[in-house]
Amino acid sequence: MRAPLATAFAISVAVILLLGSFLPVPLLQDVLQPYLLGSAVIVGGVASLIGIYNLLSVHVRKLRTPKAGNLYSLFLIIAFVVTFAAGLWFTPSDARFQRVVTHIQVPVETSLLALLAISLTYTSLRLLQQRKDRMAWVFVISTLIFLIVTGGYLSALGGNGGGGFAAFFNTLPLAGARGILLGVGLGSLTTGLRIVFGADRPYSG
Amino acid sequence: MTIIDKLLGLALVLLAGAAMFILALPSSSLRFSKKARKRYKPTLRPLPAFQKLRRAIGLAIEDGQGVHLSLGNANILQANAASALSGLSTLERLAQLSIVSDKPPIVTSGSGSLAILSQDTLQAAYRSGSAMAQYRPDLGRLTGPTPFSYVAGTMPVIHREKVYTNILVGNYGPEIGLLCEAADREGTFTLAASDALPAQAVLYATAQEPLIGEEMFAIPAYLKAGKFHLSSIQAQDLLRWVLMIIMVIGALLKLVQTLFGISIL
Repeated sequence: MRAPLATAFAISVAVILLLGSFLPVPLLQDVLQPYLLGSAVIVGGVASLIGIYNLLSVHVRKLRTPKAGNLYSLFLIIAFVVTFAAGLWFTPSDARFQRVVTHIQVPVETSLLALLAISLTYTSLRLLQQRKDRMAWVFVISTLIFLIVTGGYLSALGGNGGGGFAAFFNTLPLAGARGILLGVGLGSLTTGLRIVFGADRPYSG
Repeated sequence: MTIIDKLLGLALVLLAGAAMFILALPSSSLRFSKKARKRYKPTLRPLPAFQKLRRAIGLAIEDGQGVHLSLGNANILQANAASALSGLSTLERLAQLSIVSDKPPIVTSGSGSLAILSQDTLQAAYRSGSAMAQYRPDLGRLTGPTPFSYVAGTMPVIHREKVYTNILVGNYGPEIGLLCEAADREGTFTLAASDALPAQAVLYATAQEPLIGEEMFAIPAYLKAGKFHLSSIQAQDLLRWVLMIIMVIGALLKLVQTLFGISIL
């Protein structure tokens, strides 16, 4: 068996947290659960630091390999060093530091969002060319209907009647969404149980 | 949550656990007659997306080209972690399949904990396959800690690392459309799944092979990752019926309450 100690520890913690979520036992809910979750948050924080180190090491390795486009890694490393040093100097809660970071990050992410909007519009136009089945038509027609309904045109044109029509159409996707979410919930449950049974062990390297 | 809700939840979890455990047992250990054992052969319904995925992985391994697995940016401490865990199970099977290949799979993730777990999973797969020489820690990498930085960091992997097959499994927002667009430009095969509804809607329009709803959790089973994966799919089907019956009974009780004013629960 791979990593028996880690497996036993993971299963014990999973069982304690699972029972603590359902059974009103003070030892589980007030002592063990907060302690284990608190420890997990600390471990998660350390994991983020290791992840950042991993990100940097990948880009340093890229810089050492002469290849077109690898020079961008230099900008990433410089930006990281400057941000990290400023964060240490001013502390992350400092308003000036937050303003500078936000004023760089937000425009970059907004431009990616704009790119996404263009990309999605183009792909939607191409959809019927790529998929020639009934569901593609259903998807396109329902997208158009909901664009009109959620756009507020009906309530603006038809007074209360139009508003009622829009409200009726707005409840329709809820049923579908709940169905999909129930499926996702059941999948999540069985995935979690595989960890509890020790069948999946992503920590046993 | 009331105590009844909690007990119902626990009953559902126990039922799921028992179903998974019993269904994972070999049929010879169950007291079935020979005829029943013959009839009881768990099978998965054929889904074209998974057939194409297996073919694409096979072709990538044969051609010595790369497979890229994207795990998304789920936080392992939050409820959306199950999608990432499903991605990690997929990774384990993918690594086992590609041990014979010259090019190991590349895994990108949007959180530090997922990056570490992906490295661990790869390491475990290569160790059990006695192929540790192929393992490098940078095969599992963090490409960005926020949703858009993750996408920005992953797009160069799709464009420049000679990837033939892209598998996107995890928690994403609508920004996954950019990854699908990048994969489409490279002409690579893309199978994509997310547990978030906005991402699923985007995937339907942009991905070559989108998976909707719980299909995401079936990927390891379709890649023949083990009997527990198969039994968990069967348990999901069983639980779906249980939930449907509970919901219909609940609706009927509500109707009785509305029509006759009799409160049963």
